[in-house]
Amino acid sequence: MVEEKEQIRIGIAEGAILATPGTLMTAGLGSCVGLVIYDDSRLLAGMVHIMLPESPHGRPSHPQKYADTGIAWLYETLMEHGASHAHLRAKYAGGSQMFQALQMEALRIGERNVRAVSMQLERLRIPVLGADVGGNVGRTVWFELPSRHYLIRTARGDERQM
Amino acid sequence: MRRLQVDPVTLDALREFGNIGAGHAATALSTLLGGRVKMSVTDARLCPFSEIVDVVGGGETIVAAVFIRIFGTISGNMFVLMSLPSADRLLERLLERLLPAPRKAQEYTELEQSAIAEVGNILSGAYVAAISDLCGISLNQSIPAVAIDMAAALLDIGLMMSGDEENQAILISTSLVHDGNNIDAYFFLLPDLDGTEVLLDILRGKIRHG
Repeated sequence: MVEEKEQIRIGIAEGAILATPGTLMTAGLGSCVGLVIYDDSRLLAGMVHIMLPESPHGRPSHPQKYADTGIAWLYETLMEHGASHAHLRAKYAGGSQMFQALQMEALRIGERNVRAVSMQLERLRIPVLGADVGGNVGRTVWFELPSRHYLIRTARGDERQM
Repeated sequence: MRRLQVDPVTLDALREFGNIGAGHAATALSTLLGGRVKMSVTDARLCPFSEIVDVVGGGETIVAAVFIRIFGTISGNMFVLMSLPSADRLLERLLERLLPAPRKAQEYTELEQSAIAEVGNILSGAYVAAISDLCGISLNQSIPAVAIDMAAALLDIGLMMSGDEENQAILISTSLVHDGNNIDAYFFLLPDLDGTEVLLDILRGKIRHG
């Protein structure tokens, strides 16, 4: 029997785990960050679509929405699926500032999201093998298993892989 | 999921708000474009934040967006969204030249982007004036910021500043007719926190009591 490849589409402030050959994808990242953590010794990866750097209180209804609770959720869920900490790696993209004209602090959220993601990964000692962040462009991203390629396509038609 | 109350009074209030705003906008745009501008409200309703991208054809659809922040009794974000064909028709009228179509997001010049920003500014200014007319509250608006990109990427800033993703936006869809050209524009008002409910309460009260 040929197993069909799984395609998981992740919405804003959502997350999912992939443990078969297939794709995790999220569309239209602006200031949000699409973070993937995977185990490089087995067929296992997870993605979260992070909107904000910090959760306002301990147990939000959508933990995936925030860098702090989202990364904790992703890490714990991967460990429950049998991940080995020493083999965890991360790749992420996003964190744009879509509207250049406004200099309000709240509009610099992309930058703050990227900083929060990098800090949380460092705290968990998960090496980052690729980051495509900043600028002022929207990104649609995919992560493929078993290749572990992270693909990025922008509104300008650029395609990159890491 | 908590849905805001959508009864006939609320729908009337939203339509009234839409019509008054469109009236203000038609007057201002007639001056800008030269010649008569007719504006009609094609839709006036509440739209969950998560469904805004579907109104413009999905999260990856490339759109022109103008973002404006409002301050005052109610604070929040306003977006004016246009499809690229609508934006092109508008630019052809404004800049009085024919444009090659279709174009990529990065091919819009600075002048064209400022022109789109100005029209977004006029439209949102017209709706801010409508709120002042109906509710007797005054609001200030920021300078407009413009970008052309994927709808979801442009809107995420509005969602994150509004706190709860189960909140709803006020959507007014308008069709602008000038010199035989149809230009569709979507106006979204995303009040911060419980602002939508506060604004609707005021609007409903005004409609009911005249």
